[in-house]
Amino acid sequence: MENQQTYNYKVVRQFAIMTVIWGIVGMTVGVLIAAQLRWPELNFDIPWLTYSRLRPLHTNAVIFAFGGSALFATSLYVVQRTCHTRLLSDKLAAFVFWGWQAVILLAAISLPLGITSSKEYAELEWPIDLLITVVWVAYAILFFGTIMKRKTSHIYVANWFYGAFILTIALLHLVNNAELPIALFGGSWLQSYSVYPGAIDAMVQWWYGHNAVGFFLTAAFLGMMYYFVPMQAGRPVYSYRLSVVHFWALISTYMWAGPHHLHYTALPDWTQSLGMVFSLILLAPSWGGMINGIMTLSGAWHKLRTDPILRFLIVSLSFYGMSTFEGPMMAIKTVNELSHYTDWTVGHVHSGALGWVMLVSVGSLYALIPKVFGRESMYSTKLIEIHFWVATIGVVLYIASMWISGVMQGLMWRAVNADGTLTYSFIESLKITYPFYFVRFLGGLLVVSGMVIMLYNVLKTVAGAKPVDVAIAAPAH
Amino acid sequence: MSSFWSAWIIVIALGNIFACYWLVRWTTKKRPGEAAQGDVTGHAWDGLQEFNNPLPRWWLWLFYITIVFSLVYLVLFPGLGTFKGYLGWTSQGSQYGAEMDNAAKTFDPIFKKYAAMPIEQVASDADAHGMGQRMFLSYCALCHGSDGKGAKGFPNLADADWLYGGTPDQIKQSIMMGRQGAMPPHPALAGDDLDKVANYVASLSGRTEGVDAAKAEAGKAMYPTLDCVACHGADGKGNQAMGAPNLTDTTWLYGSSLDTIKETISKGRNGKMPAHADFLGADKVHLLAAYVYSLSKK
Repeated sequence: MENQQTYNYKVVRQFAIMTVIWGIVGMTVGVLIAAQLRWPELNFDIPWLTYSRLRPLHTNAVIFAFGGSALFATSLYVVQRTCHTRLLSDKLAAFVFWGWQAVILLAAISLPLGITSSKEYAELEWPIDLLITVVWVAYAILFFGTIMKRKTSHIYVANWFYGAFILTIALLHLVNNAELPIALFGGSWLQSYSVYPGAIDAMVQWWYGHNAVGFFLTAAFLGMMYYFVPMQAGRPVYSYRLSVVHFWALISTYMWAGPHHLHYTALPDWTQSLGMVFSLILLAPSWGGMINGIMTLSGAWHKLRTDPILRFLIVSLSFYGMSTFEGPMMAIKTVNELSHYTDWTVGHVHSGALGWVMLVSVGSLYALIPKVFGRESMYSTKLIEIHFWVATIGVVLYIASMWISGVMQGLMWRAVNADGTLTYSFIESLKITYPFYFVRFLGGLLVVSGMVIMLYNVLKTVAGAKPVDVAIAAPAH
Repeated sequence: MSSFWSAWIIVIALGNIFACYWLVRWTTKKRPGEAAQGDVTGHAWDGLQEFNNPLPRWWLWLFYITIVFSLVYLVLFPGLGTFKGYLGWTSQGSQYGAEMDNAAKTFDPIFKKYAAMPIEQVASDADAHGMGQRMFLSYCALCHGSDGKGAKGFPNLADADWLYGGTPDQIKQSIMMGRQGAMPPHPALAGDDLDKVANYVASLSGRTEGVDAAKAEAGKAMYPTLDCVACHGADGKGNQAMGAPNLTDTTWLYGSSLDTIKETISKGRNGKMPAHADFLGADKVHLLAAYVYSLSKK
């Protein structure tokens, strides 16, 4: 019999620990491929250690293993706490945990073997896609089922964002991974063709790709922010009205933004224009979340001095504001002419992925882990403080180096002599990028070091802890 | 695009933009019985509450400005289905076309001047040499190396040895139309026979080191009976008309070790020099040919 008097913290604990572990794994692979760009011989001429295979392993590991686990952990915690009820089903929760770990394991095996559908951020082949679908449906039932049996009349804002994320990812995953095994045409059972032809395939892929950013890496982590920032600050959310506007505006306009990944390609002009204008409209809705988060601190700013967890959360919101300003700017065709295909894009992605997603996840986990393991607080606040500085410096080194090298590349590639010949050959732009690749590698190394400090702190916190499922609090209204 | 789909796109695109505006107006409205400004709304979840604060004014303006910009943009540029936009702009036609026309107007005369001169003369012109080198670094160095000395499978352009001929016209032809160098595979030739022929081929350049003289001798007897002679000739000196390498010199495109020679014979090779006539045009290729010609004359 499931105990209906307590919260199910077991699945939260499992996902929380795996977040730290997958974070270290995924980011270490990232540091390795960053090093390979500086020292290409680091692939040791072994096919499964080459950049081409490890790069998708890195992106899948950090987005779906690290980010995914962080989202499962926090969403399943937040939905119980804010609905004042236990998860719909313990068995389903266990299935979601083990199913997702199986997906990650299969990804970690298949990608280095070179088994890929070649769609960015959707590289996993069709058998794994099917497993993801099953696990995701189970997750949706678990989450929405818990919302249905809530003891509060209203649904808390964090759950709107988690809910939008769950529904949209289901749609994106199904549409973009529509594929047929090559075996049907006489070939391997392990690989597949996309069902879409040419430019349509590109459009579907970037509709998926940008909404993966929008819903997986933005909306869902905003859900996380909406619980842990007011909780850690001990203050009410700044503005309910702002929550409403920016939620609906964000999820409706994000849907259109994909074509800005395909400016000046075979995509029709009208599609590119719509992608650009909706990316611009997206600026204000994106910033709504930042304002709501940061302004929640008004009246509690002094807490930043003593609470490194709150500092993680607030700095993550600053990076969020910065990259959601940068994104719309880069979506403008004239800016995109300079930034496209350069390291600027890589810097932009990481200011979101490290500055926003990683920092907000780490901050939230530091707040979450003691609670679900029955501890007063983390083992060491000093180590959280150190992690904060190591991570922040690492992220700044990473994105600053990529900005400089990206703009430099863009300017060098377009420079033309008086006689019409290109001023720089490609190799010259690569040569000048090398020092920045080194700085980026250092930045990445700092970020991973921070995660290792976190693992130590977490292990010390949970060692010997006797986790108990906490009794469900009575709702206020 | 059919008019239905065009209308569909216009309706949902504009609908989404106006919905954003409506959403802001609707949310800003005061509701009877709502909490006073700056008070909490009265709901609580796990102890979390929300203030009933108004939307920040500067943020609202930011939102409005992006909405107005977008509407203006969609009037001027293509975006709303089949509506072309008042500026008549297209990425292919007006922007790319104008940039290319502009470049042609500015730069074509410079290339035309050299195109009218014989390649030998262009090769000794310092300015042309600089232009040729810069183009070489952009378009050729990827395979042939920035010094033109090539790599495995990519010919050295800085020596006097030519697969397809080293006269100015032959070089220009190679760049303009590209070349296909196909050595067919010989799966039937294996084991001892392959070893013998490979030893003979290695010995053709006068090499004795690592070459088994007896096998080479046996290979020599086999050579005229194989299809090697069709391209490389009875004397093994090759044929520039079809790009068949001279086997009697010391230049080896894919490597000279016995193992590599065996691999070349048994699996064949495919060398592809891409055509540049459509990509660069005859005038630029003329300058490039002069630069490549000069490389071998140093």
